[in-house]
Amino acid sequence: MNLSEYFELLISDYTLRTISIGTAILGAICGMLGSFAVLRKQSLLGDAISHAALPGIAIAFLIIESKNSTIFLIGALISGLIGTFWIRGIINKTHLKSDTALGLILSIFFGFGMLLLTYIQKLPNANQAGLESYLFGQAATLIESDVWLMAVVTGISLIILLLFWKELKILLFDPDFTKTLGFNTRFLDILITSFIVVAIVLGLQTVGVVLMSAMLLAPAAAARQWTNSLSTMIFIAALFGASSGVIGTGISASSNNLPTGPVIVIIAGVFVLVSFIFSPGRGLLFRQIRFRKNRRDLQLHKTLSFMYNIAKNHENISHPHAIRILNNFQGFTKKSLKELEDHNYIKLQGNMWSMTETGYHKAANLYNQITKTHE
Amino acid sequence: MPYNKENKIAVKIDDLTVAYDYKPVLWDIDLAIPEGVLMAIVGPNGAGKSTLIKAVLDILKPIAGSVQIYGKPYKKNRSLVAYVPQKGSVDWDFPTTALDVVMMGTYGSLGWIKRPGQKEKKASLEALEKVGMLSFKNRQISQLSGGQQQRVFLARALVQNASIYFMDEPFQGVDATTEKAIINILKELRKASKTVIVVHHDLQTVPEYFDWVTFLNVKKIATGPVKDIFNDDNLTKTYGINYKVAINQ
Repeated sequence: MNLSEYFELLISDYTLRTISIGTAILGAICGMLGSFAVLRKQSLLGDAISHAALPGIAIAFLIIESKNSTIFLIGALISGLIGTFWIRGIINKTHLKSDTALGLILSIFFGFGMLLLTYIQKLPNANQAGLESYLFGQAATLIESDVWLMAVVTGISLIILLLFWKELKILLFDPDFTKTLGFNTRFLDILITSFIVVAIVLGLQTVGVVLMSAMLLAPAAAARQWTNSLSTMIFIAALFGASSGVIGTGISASSNNLPTGPVIVIIAGVFVLVSFIFSPGRGLLFRQIRFRKNRRDLQLHKTLSFMYNIAKNHENISHPHAIRILNNFQGFTKKSLKELEDHNYIKLQGNMWSMTETGYHKAANLYNQITKTHE
Repeated sequence: MPYNKENKIAVKIDDLTVAYDYKPVLWDIDLAIPEGVLMAIVGPNGAGKSTLIKAVLDILKPIAGSVQIYGKPYKKNRSLVAYVPQKGSVDWDFPTTALDVVMMGTYGSLGWIKRPGQKEKKASLEALEKVGMLSFKNRQISQLSGGQQQRVFLARALVQNASIYFMDEPFQGVDATTEKAIINILKELRKASKTVIVVHHDLQTVPEYFDWVTFLNVKKIATGPVKDIFNDDNLTKTYGINYKVAINQ
């Protein structure tokens, strides 16, 4: 199946449509809430939460002894939340830094989860559990009710976001100041963290414990490159997330046996890469171009003013001088000399250069002009 | 308005004690700050200057003590207080503009959920103009210089329209022009009977800028009018033996 066949199937095939809508919604909510995680410098929190969810899924299976993705979600939610509060507890109550706390909880919970998974696999009804699909996700298991659940959660978090927009924004920027204004920062903090936990838990079935944090961070990190406004950033992040979901599902459906979760994450990674290089304001490419151009302009101007200092000591400003007296001047190149001639600032004749009237005036006002335009 | 004996007490701090571990950061601070003074809090590094402000504003939980703003507990009179945190306490790469940051000063009076409207925008623009930053209103905050960022923070406090201003090192890392501009605004606030409390590092400028001073080093060393208590004796008690400073009065 190629991509165009995929899009035909998207319209006709019920299962594929369900999965695509599911991954799109998941991408959108992850992008939206991931923006908060990125701006609060809690990027690793998502990773810790998703890993912490694994033992919850396993314990949920051990209790009900059958496969039920809703019950698994609740198990994941509970252990994800326990992990989160332990992380916060460690940070608040000990001298350990947040990266240490995150790393500790992440590995301990994940290790415990793997232990339980191994134990479950030895049980007689292990085959029907399909718990190992939670490690890397299996979008094919998405059914309509899962998608509805995602849609409802996305709707609620969108409403919360719009309602508390002002409070969440100021909390992100300056929590101490927010507190002095009389807002309950603890409530806001728990609110936003809970929604991040819920988004992660929702994504486990599709993307899996191991890769979930990329789903949260990649769209947000990419979106930050394109805008300097918080609302636009969140919107673009949601868009990138949804696109990663749809494109990833498409690629994985059109080529045999490519796992959906990793493909979605790789597509999100492509968004990040492209944004880091090509975004106009912050992208590496345009920054490098601007940097080069600035440097060249300055070199040109400095060469001109160096010439000016030589020329002004002569009665006739257009008195010719040897080019080699410029040789030791930093920033002087044959190319810049040619460029100065193109601007009609100087005249070149053999091994000699002479200043023109235009060049002389330009150089005389140069410093003022440069400081003015860069103010 | 210069201080005289009839002035009300704007901020009253009793027995304030703060500790992170076993060692106290602030010990038994009693302080009565009269209305309408421009007060410097001075002391060496680690003396607890920022901690004092944060404890007063309930950002940090004190071990013991009480804070009253015009005779009522801080939580009741919060709206009378504005705060300028240290510039370095926030991430200036946050995706927002100078005007947006100043508007945040209006959030407190708006309360929960309600969004700022035309009135708040107008007040914020006026505050930006007061600090000489109106032409930068739509500038992304990461593109502002250190001095400009400090002015934006000051504008955000001005728009809070408070009676008491707490400022944590507003002169840190700003050039002479910005320092002059800021001190002029502080003096204007004092003229309007506002009380301004500033954590300050440059002892040389204390007599020139401030009329009231508190010496702090974990404990309160002295507090009062600059002309009475800003002397070598108190400086030595605060900063250690043989500490001398040229006071150009």
